[in-house]
Amino acid sequence: MAEATERTEATEVTGAEARRGRVVEGVRAYGLIAGMWIRSTMAYRTSFALTTFGNFAMTALDFVAILLMFSRVDALGGWPLPEVAFLYGMSAVSFGLADLAIGSMERLGRRVRDGTLDTLLVRPVPVLAQVAADRFGLRRLGRVVQGLLVLGYALAVVDVDWTAARLLLVPVALLSGAGIFCAVFVAAAAFQFVAQDASEVSNAFTYGGTTMLQYPPAVFALDLVRGATFVVPLAFVNWLPASFVLGRPYPLDLPGWVAFTPPLVAAACCALAGLAWRAGLRSYRSTGS
Amino acid sequence: MGSWRLYVAVAAGGFRRYATYRAATAAGVFTNTVFGLILVYTYLALWDEKPQLGGYDQAQAVTFVWLGQALLAALAIGGGGFEDELMERIRSGDVAVDLYRPADLQLWWLAADVGRALFQLLGRGVVPFVFGSLFFPVALPREVSVWAAFLVTLLLAMLVGFALRYLVALSAFWLLDGTGVTQMAWLAGLFCSGMLLPLNVFPGALGEVVRALPWSSLLQAPADVLLGEADPLGTYLFQASWAVALLALGRLAQSAATRRVVVQGG
Repeated sequence: MAEATERTEATEVTGAEARRGRVVEGVRAYGLIAGMWIRSTMAYRTSFALTTFGNFAMTALDFVAILLMFSRVDALGGWPLPEVAFLYGMSAVSFGLADLAIGSMERLGRRVRDGTLDTLLVRPVPVLAQVAADRFGLRRLGRVVQGLLVLGYALAVVDVDWTAARLLLVPVALLSGAGIFCAVFVAAAAFQFVAQDASEVSNAFTYGGTTMLQYPPAVFALDLVRGATFVVPLAFVNWLPASFVLGRPYPLDLPGWVAFTPPLVAAACCALAGLAWRAGLRSYRSTGS
Repeated sequence: MGSWRLYVAVAAGGFRRYATYRAATAAGVFTNTVFGLILVYTYLALWDEKPQLGGYDQAQAVTFVWLGQALLAALAIGGGGFEDELMERIRSGDVAVDLYRPADLQLWWLAADVGRALFQLLGRGVVPFVFGSLFFPVALPREVSVWAAFLVTLLLAMLVGFALRYLVALSAFWLLDGTGVTQMAWLAGLFCSGMLLPLNVFPGALGEVVRALPWSSLLQAPADVLLGEADPLGTYLFQASWAVALLALGRLAQSAATRRVVVQGG
């Protein structure tokens, strides 16, 4: 009896170890593949500089639109420019980090269509790590830098009594937000196993999501805010933490402590996205070409 | 007369080619609708703050949003037209085959792009626009003549949009890698067409400059005719002038490219 318990414990330990081993292996493979793509990018330095600038300028355009709006009005949905810039900065940095890390996953639909996904399946490396690091684009730093500049501006001009909790919440929310957007990217990629040609749908949630978060929640219809809180929990990226930091009323009259839940929400989202990914990968049928 | 039929066939081919991907079209409709929803609420907030901003009332601003989403793919304002394909053919040298054909390079691609634009207008544009008109207060004209005038501005917008992107594509003859130029063209297109924000909302001199540039023919001009804010004849003249000038410039670039540039061998 004692022996049997000992044996199951032993297998459990090895099971957990194997899982941890796979994660370590996946991260290592991700690093190797991403490093390879960075070296390949750096072979064409001018092209890298140009595309990074292009990425920066493309994202900056969204903020230019906000600046143009504020050249004609003083507030949007009751929020002045520094506070909207704070929302914008948090949304852009969180999304930029996720996009930098695994943004290439939106190309999965193409790999399914042309059959090149099969090559990734036969390699002794987790498929998720390979797809995430595929064509790793360092140029996407342009987006992160642009977001950081706006966030820096917002932090400098926003009128906030900085307490330890407020100060600490900003970096925590940025990283959690990146986690939530990563989960959206993975879930969208899992959806592409089924949808294939319809990969553009994921843009509505990724690019559409980050655009929506750049504006105060008070601007949007209640149903849209509900959807962005309870269905695809994007509100936890910046709306809720920013409401706490800026001392604004919470969207949907949520209780005050929810501003501190983004790490938990991010973890839950990543777990769900992982399950969706497994289900998607299992349903994959090669085109055979 | 015979060559006329050729280009109609090419245009029909362009239409059919894009009509093949039904799931992609449905996905595009969904995405355009979601973006329209997000934009429409920001515009409503903006016009709440300042009614009559830029001379539009709230319903006109809402109409502008949905018109933008309807035309985004058709006019390839954010990319997605023929230019990537032509650039790739120039880079790989396949363009030599195109030049050898008994058809004009510019007219060939124009026909194909008009076919694509017509499909994307019907397949991707109509549904978001109808959705927007059903669920939000919009300002649509009752007179058939205004709708007819609007359709003419759309055709002219297609010509200007093609002429601009043809120039972008031909730059590949000199640059080979057109990524940078393409990106700059997108930026200019989104910023100067009204896609980012209606051009009449732009402040002061900046507004006057962007309204005089060719990109305003793409979205701002048709929108102003539909919303009854601009005289159709003046708009036709503005769009047609840019179309003629840019198409002529495309001709010049084409003859310079085919005379001086050595095509990459395969």
